[in-house]
Amino acid sequence: MITVSGLRKAYGDVVALDGVDLHVGKGEVFGVLGRSGAGKSTLLRCVNLLERPDEGTVTVDGRELTALGAADLRRARQRIGMIHQHFALLSSRTVAGNVAFPLEVMGVGRAARARRVAEMLDLVGLADRAGAYPAQLSGGQKQRVGIARALAAEPSVLLSDEATSALDPATTQSILALLRRLNRELGLTILLITHEMDVIKAVCDSAAIMSDGRIVEAGPIPDLLATPGSRLAAELFPLPPAEPGTVTVALGADRALLSRLTRTHDVDVAIAAGAVEHVAGAPAGRLRLRITGPGAADAVADLRKRGLLVEEDA
Amino acid sequence: MTWSEMSPLLWEATGQTAVMVGWSTLFTVLFGLPLGVCLAGADRDGLFPAPAVRRVLGLVVNIGRSLPFIVLMIAVIPVTRAITGTTIGTAAAVVPLTIGAVPFYARLVETALREVGRDVVQAAEAMGAGRVRIVTRVLLPEALPGLVAGLTVTVVTLISYSAMAGVIGGGGLGDLAVRYGYQRFETTLMIVTVAVLVVVVQLAQTLGDAVARRLSHR
Ligand SMILES: Nc1ncnc2c1ncn2[C@@H]1O[C@H](COP(=O)(O)OP(=O)(O)OP(=O)(O)O)[C@@H](O)[C@H]1O
Ligand SMILES: [Mg+2]
Repeated sequence: MITVSGLRKAYGDVVALDGVDLHVGKGEVFGVLGRSGAGKSTLLRCVNLLERPDEGTVTVDGRELTALGAADLRRARQRIGMIHQHFALLSSRTVAGNVAFPLEVMGVGRAARARRVAEMLDLVGLADRAGAYPAQLSGGQKQRVGIARALAAEPSVLLSDEATSALDPATTQSILALLRRLNRELGLTILLITHEMDVIKAVCDSAAIMSDGRIVEAGPIPDLLATPGSRLAAELFPLPPAEPGTVTVALGADRALLSRLTRTHDVDVAIAAGAVEHVAGAPAGRLRLRITGPGAADAVADLRKRGLLVEEDA
Repeated sequence: MTWSEMSPLLWEATGQTAVMVGWSTLFTVLFGLPLGVCLAGADRDGLFPAPAVRRVLGLVVNIGRSLPFIVLMIAVIPVTRAITGTTIGTAAAVVPLTIGAVPFYARLVETALREVGRDVVQAAEAMGAGRVRIVTRVLLPEALPGLVAGLTVTVVTLISYSAMAGVIGGGGLGDLAVRYGYQRFETTLMIVTVAVLVVVVQLAQTLGDAVARRLSHR
């Protein structure tokens, strides 16, 4: 749905993007992590060309945006929703007026506009605040308006730059749940930027980590969990330092991993440490196991064969 | 001087001030608003960056603002004649008043537009809005309270400028105070005139503040 390749962008001497390739599949929620100054916002702003990359191409929904003229680009942008850290609502317009703005841009008629606005406000649970001004809303409500506005024009893609950074944890959870629901119900593709691991765990199918203008690691989270030496997996699911005689395994789709292991091999399995949470609605994480018994070597070989063995400390 | 003698003089002068300030305010908005939009938009990080244009506009505006009004009024006499066909009278005073106030208001418009958050403008760009729409549907509505506050300051300045219009026969309250109060030692009339001026300015300011507050939803 979103394909970015060879993206470069420099501000004077500062290289903000240094050859970024990224692919976000249809219906996927993709999170980009990274330290402050890593180039995350620049990357996101390059996706809808708010920022012109010096080099590289951006393709969204089959259209190469970097090749479009000004008028075509404006039309393409109408199909890309964006939500902002500080909401960026028009203070002079009511909630309904804000949500109507993208529809006005598209030239939607008054009646159809009113219908769509009501529908969107229902979707984000703000139907009763349609006539309020942004200044009269809480942060979480403002972001809901931001989301309703971003989705009013029925975009195929939603971009989000730190959409929950200005919110408290409970509100963050409710906004993330909303995003996840929109992803499921509307099949919306979401590319989101965050510096919070919890955001990635709560909503993302895939993640990438950026550092100094490059993507150093990217992939579906279950794959990352099974990748030895993965920085993302280690940051998402930190485990204490390994002890001798333990193995670390990735926990993903196979939920009955441990019982199957003890049944097929003649082993005892003890959990030495673990980090397991719900990721995008399904349990995922890493376990450090101490496997003992006659079949221990076979069991470890089995795990290795299935690509679940992350680390082995003999 | 008795009250019945002063009253018609005051009414006439107040009327002249109202005519001068009213028309020049109208023309100031007509020219100052677009000029302010150009100043803000042509800036390096504005909506339609044009550094050369901005430098020229900035220079013209600064020249206009650095001339004392009394000097400007004399200097633009040829322009006044070309537009109104005369160089004296209330109508003729509207021309220098407008020319004096346009650069002043344009700067205030520029400042008000700059106050509008960059993120709001970018959000509109991200939704595919064009520049004209961003100016008319984002910048101006968002800056409206600031534009009204700036206009209030401009009106008050115009009232004070209009006091000098007596020099070219524009009449008005300031002129009344000078002619009777100063030149004919009618101290009472002068004090009353000054009081009327104070009340007028106060009214303008209060009204402007109220409207600005009413429009602001921040
Ligand atoms: N408009 C700009 N002008 C100059 N330098 C910029 C500009 N925008 C970004 N940069 C620089 O590019 C680099 C990447 O910035 P970017 O905003 O993409 O980082 P980020 O990963 O989003 O950081 P944060 O987590 O703090 O938001 C930084 O070094 C920043 O200083
Ligand atoms: Mg950022």
